Amino acid sequence: MMEAGLSNASILIDLSLLTMLVIVAFVMVRSRHLFVIVLLSGIYSLLSAAFFVSLDAVDVAFTEASVGAGVSTVLMLGAMLLTVRREKPTRTGRTPIAIVVVTLVGSALIYATFDMPAYGDGASPANSYMGEVYIDRTAKEIAVPNIVTAVLASYRGFDTLGETMVIFTAGLGVILLLGAGSVRGGKAVKDVKEEGQE
Amino acid sequence: MSIEHLILRVVIKIMFAPILLFALYVQFHGDFGPGGGFQAGVIFAVAFILHALIMGLDETKRVLPVGALKVLMVAGFLFYAGTGVATMLLGGNLLGYDAIDPASTHHAGQHYGILLVEFGVGMAVSSTMVMIFYQFAGREPEIRDEDW
Repeated sequence: MMEAGLSNASILIDLSLLTMLVIVAFVMVRSRHLFVIVLLSGIYSLLSAAFFVSLDAVDVAFTEASVGAGVSTVLMLGAMLLTVRREKPTRTGRTPIAIVVVTLVGSALIYATFDMPAYGDGASPANSYMGEVYIDRTAKEIAVPNIVTAVLASYRGFDTLGETMVIFTAGLGVILLLGAGSVRGGKAVKDVKEEGQE
Repeated sequence: MSIEHLILRVVIKIMFAPILLFALYVQFHGDFGPGGGFQAGVIFAVAFILHALIMGLDETKRVLPVGALKVLMVAGFLFYAGTGVATMLLGGNLLGYDAIDPASTHHAGQHYGILLVEFGVGMAVSSTMVMIFYQFAGREPEIRDEDW
């Protein structure tokens, strides 16, 4: 009785989170105001973080909340300051080919979900081969309670080295594109704006 | 003399140290709970980004200059890679942390190794995040209120 009540509640939470995700996505598509879109993308990340928590993926949820909802929202706001505040209106003529493509791809995706393993299935591919090996071996070989950290930093330490390199390269790219002058300690490069521009 | 955004200024002054402390907790507690270098680095960076948003970029640059960030970005990555090279010099594989403490019966070397590389990740991620923010925010010196 208690079990059933709990699982009903968790289904309800999952459903409401997913519904809100879809609503936020639709509002983002419809909106033309960039400030609203940036804030909504932050909300979208926060909702997906909550959804990851309900899937027991706390490490992923943590990353999504801090990177997706936190820093990228601020960075998008910073980027928004460099451009106009509103998206240019696009021609909204409806082409029949678009709806056909969307329907086809959508039904193909839904058809593909029938082959997916059930949620929480212990025999699913993700849970059986490497996942099982990591769970078996971490306690013996790494002796670290958090298996995610053991996989990230030890078993796949070389991958993570690459990821750190990617972050470093991303930072380097932004420096090179946006403001090499200020890095050298000189003055920030000012854009020459055209007359009449916002 | 009037101070702009007084409430926000007071809030960030109160929040700044706890955010850094939480980042350090996430950083060094990553092998026991959720979190690790990536998340901790971002949280650490967020403290400075919030400071810059409210106090202004120039104030934050006095605490954390661009030159220091440049060094930290490289140092973080090299710290990680250096851990790998160190384990090789100790006779193990690249990033084979057991070489750090081969006599240990409970894999202490793995603990040290994970802490070291996570520290490198945290250093690289936090400095890169603040650096990217500096680059974006530094283009427009003054953010006017009506811009929001």
